[in-house]
Amino acid sequence: MPEPERATGTGARSEPAGGTEPAAGSDGTERATNRGPGRVLVAVYLLFAVAASARAGVQIATKFAEAPVAYLLSALAAAIYIAATVALARGGTTGRRVALACCSVELLGVLAVGFLSVFDAALFPDDTVWSDFGQGYGYVPLVLPVLGLLWLLRRPRG
Amino acid sequence: MTSTAAAETPVGGALATVTIVLSLVLAAWSLLSTARNRPPDRSHLAGLALVELGLLALVVNAALAWAGDSGPGEAATFLGYLVTIVCLPPLAAVLARMEPTRWGSLIVTVICLVIPVLIVRLQQTWQVPGA
Repeated sequence: MPEPERATGTGARSEPAGGTEPAAGSDGTERATNRGPGRVLVAVYLLFAVAASARAGVQIATKFAEAPVAYLLSALAAAIYIAATVALARGGTTGRRVALACCSVELLGVLAVGFLSVFDAALFPDDTVWSDFGQGYGYVPLVLPVLGLLWLLRRPRG
Repeated sequence: MTSTAAAETPVGGALATVTIVLSLVLAAWSLLSTARNRPPDRSHLAGLALVELGLLALVVNAALAWAGDSGPGEAATFLGYLVTIVCLPPLAAVLARMEPTRWGSLIVTVICLVIPVLIVRLQQTWQVPGA
């Protein structure tokens, strides 16, 4: 399929999606959350939604009694990742609000679980996505909500 | 040859190595495109197709072995990873087409960095834990 644009120079196409379409959401005033860097966030959140859901599903289905707290937490994390993915992808006022709430809860969650799992390991006999600040996932769970909040709270481009 | 445990699984060996290297090369190329403010182009789509071919070959390998006398140590987890990993290159391609900017290239980068991790996890879940 022929691509309409042909990036000959770097200056020729600086931020076409982010710059030309600030109002891509369902309402006319909100800045889009699902374009440009936002689409990267959606992709990463989608990966984590799948990873966390699968992990929680397997843990709860096969060995729930071993570490109920950890596994319920896995399920909660999965739900938050799913909600954040959908909210970021849909955008609009509601999407933005839900995404903000998700990223905030996520950041608090990964910090709380991180500290708890380091200082009170007995509470988490098995790992969750957020154990040790997301170490098992390359600390992405710790960085992701920060990036999400930065993206959602960014100043409108002048 | 090295006789690591991973090489003995049907999702290990040279095929897995080639796929991992392909994926990492594509990740580097996409990151370069991101840095140069280029959208993903046909080279990225072709690279994703190659990676997908490698992954499908791994799936066939695993299916043949599973039909034989061996099987994954953690069957459910292994299947989950297998299904997920095969979906990733098409997902990257779709998202790259949806986002014809440098950020589309970054999406390809991210997904191509995840694929090698999942291949290693595949190898780990095939082996019986502790065996």
